[in-house]
This record gives sequence, structure tokens and C-alpha cells, in this order.
Amino acid sequence: MMKTFNTIMNSIWFWIGLFILTYIIAMDAKNIAEYLNAPWLTKYPKDWIFPTKTYISSFMNWLIEDASFGLFTFTEFTRAISWTIEQPYKFVLALLSSGFTSGFGKNIVQILPPLSWLGVLAFVIALAHYAKSWFLAFIVGLSFLYLAVFGQWDSAMITLASVVIAVPIGVGLGLMFGIYAYYHPLFEKILNAILDLMQTIPIFAYLVPILFMFGFGPVSALIATVIYAAPPMVRNTMLALKSVDPEIKDFGIMTGCTRFQLTWRILVPASLNQIMVGTNQVIMLSLNMVIIASMIGAGGLGFDVLSSLRRLDIGGGFEAGIAIVILAIAIDRLSQAFAVRQVQINKKHKDYGVLSRYKRTFIVIGILLSALIFGQFLPFLQDFPKAYELSTGTFWSDLIKYLNINYFDYFEAVKIFLLKGFMLPIKRFLLSVPWGWMILILTILGWKFGGWKLALLNLLMSLFIVINGVWDKAMITIYLCGASVIIAAAIGLPLGILAAVNDKAGKIIGVFIDTLQTLPSFVYLIPVVMLFRIGDFTAMIAIILYALVPAVRYTAHGVKNTNPELIEAGIVSGATKWQTLTKIRLPLALPEILLGINQTIMLALSMLVITALVGTRDLGQEVYIALTKADTGRGLVAGLAIAFIAIMADRIISAGAKKARIRYGMEAE
Amino acid sequence: MLGSTKFVCKNIWKLFGPDAEKFLTKNPNPSLEEIKQAGLIPAVRDANVEVEEGEIFVIMGLSGSGKSTLIRCMSRLIEPTHGELMLDGVDLRNISDKQMIEIRRHKLGMVFQHFALLPHLNILKNVAFPLTIQGVSVREAEKRAEQVIELVGLKGYNKSYPRELSGGQQQRVGIARSLAVEPELWFLDEPFSALDPLIRREMQDEFLRLQAMLKKTIIFITHDFDEAIRLADRIAIMKDGKIIQIATPENLILNPADNYVEEFTKHVSRAKILSVKSVMSSTLCDSEEEVDGSAKIVDVAEQIVATKTPIRVVQNGQAIGSIDAKKIIEILVKQV
Ligand SMILES: Nc1ncnc2c1ncn2[C@@H]1O[C@H](COP(=O)(O)OP(=O)(O)OP(=O)(O)O)[C@@H](O)[C@H]1O
Ligand SMILES: [Mg+2]
Repeated sequence: MMKTFNTIMNSIWFWIGLFILTYIIAMDAKNIAEYLNAPWLTKYPKDWIFPTKTYISSFMNWLIEDASFGLFTFTEFTRAISWTIEQPYKFVLALLSSGFTSGFGKNIVQILPPLSWLGVLAFVIALAHYAKSWFLAFIVGLSFLYLAVFGQWDSAMITLASVVIAVPIGVGLGLMFGIYAYYHPLFEKILNAILDLMQTIPIFAYLVPILFMFGFGPVSALIATVIYAAPPMVRNTMLALKSVDPEIKDFGIMTGCTRFQLTWRILVPASLNQIMVGTNQVIMLSLNMVIIASMIGAGGLGFDVLSSLRRLDIGGGFEAGIAIVILAIAIDRLSQAFAVRQVQINKKHKDYGVLSRYKRTFIVIGILLSALIFGQFLPFLQDFPKAYELSTGTFWSDLIKYLNINYFDYFEAVKIFLLKGFMLPIKRFLLSVPWGWMILILTILGWKFGGWKLALLNLLMSLFIVINGVWDKAMITIYLCGASVIIAAAIGLPLGILAAVNDKAGKIIGVFIDTLQTLPSFVYLIPVVMLFRIGDFTAMIAIILYALVPAVRYTAHGVKNTNPELIEAGIVSGATKWQTLTKIRLPLALPEILLGINQTIMLALSMLVITALVGTRDLGQEVYIALTKADTGRGLVAGLAIAFIAIMADRIISAGAKKARIRYGMEAE
Repeated sequence: MLGSTKFVCKNIWKLFGPDAEKFLTKNPNPSLEEIKQAGLIPAVRDANVEVEEGEIFVIMGLSGSGKSTLIRCMSRLIEPTHGELMLDGVDLRNISDKQMIEIRRHKLGMVFQHFALLPHLNILKNVAFPLTIQGVSVREAEKRAEQVIELVGLKGYNKSYPRELSGGQQQRVGIARSLAVEPELWFLDEPFSALDPLIRREMQDEFLRLQAMLKKTIIFITHDFDEAIRLADRIAIMKDGKIIQIATPENLILNPADNYVEEFTKHVSRAKILSVKSVMSSTLCDSEEEVDGSAKIVDVAEQIVATKTPIRVVQNGQAIGSIDAKKIIEILVKQV
């Protein structure tokens, strides 16, 4: 007992000492460097920068111009992939948005118009009714009606087209990988390692090379979307197959099923529940990513938001943003209803006649056909009449104007207070710590938590960052994320604790958290920009909103699931409620809380490229610039630097959480 | 045809743990201590079984004695660490996967403790499932399924889903499903253990009724000695992975191999199991009345006790021995 106490004391004094020392060094670094006449101490010299990005760029050039697999070149290979993805996409896009045409340029003729808005509306309503109830039909119908009435229809259909293509590919690939891993344990191990790694690498790290290989446009966006959205499907598929009752699997084998039959007629149907959870996640992630991918040419609602943000068109951004939210909620509810329906087997099927059994189908087809036939004479059947379209744009602009005129001082006061009192000091401090010292500290941190392996990893990764000349940007990244995570934790932990100890509050907080999670990351930026204009502060608020969820969720879960025996032991020995919370539940929940903060950091880092839109100067900005210039080397180096920061944070915190669990005896050493 | 050997297990071993096979090649006949010392789990040790055509062969043992492991080895759901399996003279461990699939499709059937019904299919489709796996057309499979569903007394439940049925009904579906393909060798792993006692008895009767009609070769697992006695032609008793005795119920009671077996037999009603023949004395005698040698004691006890003198025992019209009231009373009293 005494000994553990000592080590903790030791380590606390160790950290405090280290911090004070760092602070002193940071303050005097300039003087020391001047005194020693060694400016490289504080600023990594330009001449020492290793041109990784140039190498990468020339490698990519070689890949595209010269690389060949013998029978075909690399470019032909990527073109083939592009083509395969593009065909179904073009078809769906034509169906939903552009209509079918023939000819080129000026001679272009429309053969068939896209599906009429009324038809699509009828279709989603029928789908919702089929999946669940009239109530859902009403909600979904209202959502799509909103899109039409408020002039977001065309963009929304482009976004929908991408989702319609990306989801089946994501689900299909996820299933394939998951099933293969189920039968091949070695492959499962490798796959799990890769998935873990992918979780810590922000999407943007692979956005750039994809862009370079497949060019600016919807295909790149689709590929990025699939890569982003498929992993949860893989995980859920593995989980689902493993959860099948072993007796049922035995039954399959004893019946003489081939592996194919075992998979598709027994395992998959028997675990459809879990697989549908995966599908729902793919849909939501696809929607999120399609929006982000508008940066590389996906078009649609995301593009509208992006261009409004660039123009600082408050109303336009808000409208498109709300349309995204509404589309996301409608699609989420619809797909969840389907998930539940698939496994709901109790529905009694009465035998109606063909006509009444397929009445929904007939109605939808009827509407589509009449729109097609009569659309020329009655244009409102085809497109929602422009004259009746409403715009909330002015309303939002006016509202913001009103807020800004009347409350500008308050907003400004909050902003300046946090900027001056909180953000800037962190930034200055991080930027003034000499790079060599920082690398040393990171290495020590790694060694303390994870032994020499982690120390080496941290050393190499931070060396990579400094050698590539993005040190200052990395420090700004850490500052922005760090400040956001601190505030997110300061808000998230109390919320999580409240949710755990009070059921009523838990329910309300649960709804709040669920809603935050449904919203694509893009959306958070809009209202914040409107109120606080561009800059680091705006970026921080958007990051906090986006990254808050796991901090709340993990804390609530950890505090709630404390071993009840330990709580009883506390009560028996006379602890008050407050004491049980602070002395028993919180310390025991610490490992889980750490994991929540870890997730928060990951989300914060992945938000960086989006916040680059509001003029940050961090690595996210680097990636964003590289994206717009299609500069693979630059983008990849910055992306890797973000990934390395993420990996270092992840490893250190995970190791810390593991140590805590071992100390509490929740995990063997 | 009763009497010819249908299925043979020879020297079946199953040890769980790393490098079990290597261990067994080095030491082909290890003792329990040696196995445990090597860090292995002795689930089945040197099981030898010969099952005859049309026989109900019951494997009985306490929880953890290795019954499930043995039946899973027999059906090759898991690979035995060592041993031979012969079905109709075919060496099951030396055939291709394809052949094994064919044998499973047409010759083997299995009923599971927790029914293992497919939750997403209705009763009709569940029962038809094994046939459709074989490639039989859906219409034909469902026609056959309807027949077996009727056979197990579930007519009218075709459109229900498994979870709408009671446990007993679900197991009837499980039985119907495994019978749909008309298997020759029928495995049942504790099929009635998940049911409450009343339903269990009902299902046992049902099972005997079906077997009287179908005459399958059956390997039946249970941890319930009463159930074993009721159903079995022969019983194998397992302990710590080893089969310690294989005998008819009668023989088990009369000549238990050791205390362990005797402990089981103590609590059963002997008069119901033992036949006159098995307890009579071989001295012939003259008497007015006579009893049939294969009659169970319960059925003739009253008659014998009512007579003061020994009664002649006959079989196929031939006198084979005699029995008296004293013997009967002894048997009845010994019963606890
Ligand atoms: N996959 C496995 N890995 C390791 N040990 C196992 C495995 N399967 C079974 N065992 C062990 O083998 C022994 C026999 O288990 P088995 O399931 O065959 O017993 P059982 O007689 O069927 O018991 P029950 O009546 O509880 O079903 C047990 O000690 C069990 O723990
Ligand atoms: Mg068992």
C-alpha cells in the first residue's frame, strides 16, 4: 500500500517538475538560443528539412505516368475502377437529378427527365409506411417535402445519388471482408489491426492520394466515402457471425450445408439484427462523408454549404445545412425502421389479393408514370413549381444580423475572454517550447506509459513531423485540438456523470447526444461561423460540438456500470452519495473515461480539415490546400503528421487506461 | 434389419488443449493423471461403441462427463484426437469433405438440446430446410415437411414462427426437421433436457411411438438415468470421459460394473425394468399357473405373490425355470 502510494507521489512530483522545467525552458528559449548563437534550437532550420513531399509527389507522378503491371498500366487500372463505379453512379444521378440525355455539347437532348419530385416523395412515403407506420411515413414525407419547398431538391438528389451508390458497395465489401475474416482467423487478426489503425488516421490522409489517382470528381468522392464507411460494416459482420448460437451453426453443418449455404442461408439470416446495425452505420457515415467529399467534387448539399461558407452567405449556408440535417434524420429513421422490420418476424401475413398486397407499388408507379406522361403539360408534376418555393435564407441572414447587431458585444466578450485567457496562452506556450525538448518529453511520456516500444514510436513519429518542416503547424494542431478537448471534457464529463446518476437527465442527455451524432460534421460549422465569424475560436467551438459525444457517452457508461457490490460496500461503510460518487464510482470509471477522451481526441483531429474552411493555420489547412491544388506530397505529409499525432495520443491514453485497469484488477497484466 | 452393425466407434479420444495429437502419439494410452499433468482436458478417453441397426443406444453420464464431446466426435462436428468411425463400413475419417456432406445430407440427422431452430423461418420452412439444402424443389420439400409436421402432431402450425411455440412444441419441430430427410443414423443430444418433467415424459412417449414406426438407428444422450432406462435398448455410462459400462438396462441393474453405476441404479424402480427371466431360478417345477419369462416383474408380481408355491416360467411354450413370492418381495423391498 505504502509503496504504491509512494510511486504515485513520485510520479505526480515528477510530472509537476517536468512541467515547470518545460515552462522555464519555453520562456527562456529565445535568450538561450541567442546567447549560444544557435537559432536552430528554437526554430528548425529550413535547410534541414527532408523533402519527403517532393519524393512522394514524384513517386505519384511515376505511378501515373510510367507504372505498369505488364499487361496494363497503373493509369489504365485506375481508369477501369473509375469507369466501373461511374456507370451506376451516372445512371442513378440521371434517374434522380439530371435526366437521361444523348449527344454532347450543344446538341445535347434530353430523352427522359429525372424521376418527378412527386414520384420520389410518394416512393419514400410508401417505403416508410411499408417499413414501419403512418407516423414514420408522415415524418419522412414531411422531410422530403421540406427539401422541395425550400428549393434544396436538386442538391439533395445529387447527395442522395452518391449515398445510393456508396451504401451498397460499402455494405457489400464490408460483408465480404467480415465473412472471409470469420472463416480465416489469421486474416481476422490482420484485418483487426488495420481497422484499428484506420480508426486513428483521419480520412483526409487518404483523400489526397485518392484524389490524385482518380481525379477531381464524384468517383474520388465515392471511393473515399466507401473507404470511410465500410469499416463498421466489417466489424459488425464479424460480430454478427460470431454471435450466432453455436447449436444453430452445428445444425447447419449436420444438415450438410456447403460453406456458401452455411453463410448465406444460416449465419447471415440468423444474425441479420447485428448486420442491419452495421448497415445503418454505413448509411450514416456515407451521408457524412458524401458531404465532406464535396471538397473533392461530389457536389450536392455539401457543395452548397462549402460555397456559401466561402462566400460568407449566411442564409444559403444555413438552408443547405438544415437540408443536410433533415435528409440525415429522414434516412436514419428510415433505415432503422428497416433494420427492425427485417428481424420482426411475427407479422402475420394474411393473403390479400395481388392488387391490395402491392398497392403501394402500384400507387408509386402510377404517380411516376403520370408525371412522365403528363409532365410536359403539367410541369408541377415533374418539378416543384419555382413560384411556390420558399426561402428561409433571408430569415436566417436577418436573424444573424439581428443577433450580431444587438448582442455583438456579448459574443465578442465571450470570444475575446476565451481567446485571450485560454487559447492564446496555450498556443504561445506550445510554440515556444523548443522542438528538441518537446520530442524528448514525448519520448519520456511514451516510455513512462508503454515502455521502450512506445518511446521509440513517439520519437520516430515526432522526428518525422519536425524533419518534414511542419512542426509549427503541428503545434497549432495540438493547441487547437487540445483546447477543444479540454473544454469538451469539461462539459462532457459532468454531463456524463449526470446522465449516469439521474435517469431523467440521462434520457434527455441521450436524445441530445443521439441528435449530435446523426449530424454530419460539416453542419456544426455553419451557425458558429455566423455568430463568431472566422478564426480559431470558431474552429474550436465547432470541434467541441462535434467531439463532445464520446466524452459524455463513455463517462455515463463507465459511471453507470460500476460494480454494484463495490457501491454497496461503500454504502455499508457509511459513505454519502457524494462520497460514493467521488471515491468509488469515478475512480473506477477512470479507464472508461480515458477511452472516451481518447475518442474525443480522434474526432477532434478528424474535424480539422473541415475547420480549415474558417482559416485555421494548422495541419488541416495544409491538407485542405493540398486538396485544392491536388498536391499529393504536401497533402500526404500533412495527413501523416495528423495521423501520427492521433496515434501518439491514442497509444499513450490507451496505455494509461490499461494501467488503470490493471491497478483496479479489472484486467490481467 | 435388427442385429447387423450400423455404426462403430473405435478407440475414440478427444483431448482439448495445445498439441493434443502429439501427446497422444507419444503416449497412446495415457492415464487421467498424465493427461492432466500435460495441461490437457480429457473430454473423451478411448471410447468404443458398436451400434446395431434399429437400436436405441443411450449414452448416459453426469454433466461434464464428455457425452456431448463424444457425440460431436461421432458426427464429426469436431475432429477426434484419435480413433476410427465407421458407418455402414465406410471410414468416416477417411473421406473427402464432399463425401461427408453427402453422408450428412442423406444419412445423418441430429436433434439439439436447445432446438436450434432458425429464427427467421416459419415452422414449415424450418422443417423443409434440410431438403432444400439438398436441392429438392421448394414445393416438394414443403410437401414432405407437411407430412412430418403432421407425424409429430403439429398440424396447423405451419405458418407459426419458432418463438411463438412452447419448448415442447419447438422440440417437436426439431424432431420433425431431422426426420424430414429420412436419416439412417439419428443423433439426439439431450433433446428433452430443456423441457419440464411432465412435457419430458410426454415427449419420451412420443419418441417411442415414432421409433416403433420408423425403426431408426439412434444414438441418444441424456444425463437422466430414468430417461435412459425408459428409452434404451442399451446404455453406455460415461464418467470423466471414459465409458465404464455398456449394457442393457436390466443388466446394468443386475450387474453394475462399479459403485458409480450402482449409485444410479439404486433409485430406479427395478420391478418395472427387470423381467421374470432375469431373476428366476433355473430349477424347473410343476405348478398350476405359469408366467411368461419376458414379462416385467411389476406386471406379474400380484399373481406370483398370491400363489404360495413357486410358479413355472415359460418362454415360447417351453418351461425355462421357476420363480416364487419370496424373490418377488425381495425385489420390491430392495427398491428405495
Ligand atoms: N471446446 C472445448 N475446449 C475445452 N474444453 C472443452 C471443450 N468442450 C468441452 N470441453 C470440456 O470437456 C469436458 C466434457 O464436456 P462435454 O460438453 O462433452 O460434457 P457433457 O457430458 O456433454 O456435459 P453436459 O451434460 O453439461 O452437456 C468438460 O470438462 C468440458 O469442460
Ligand atoms: Mg452436453
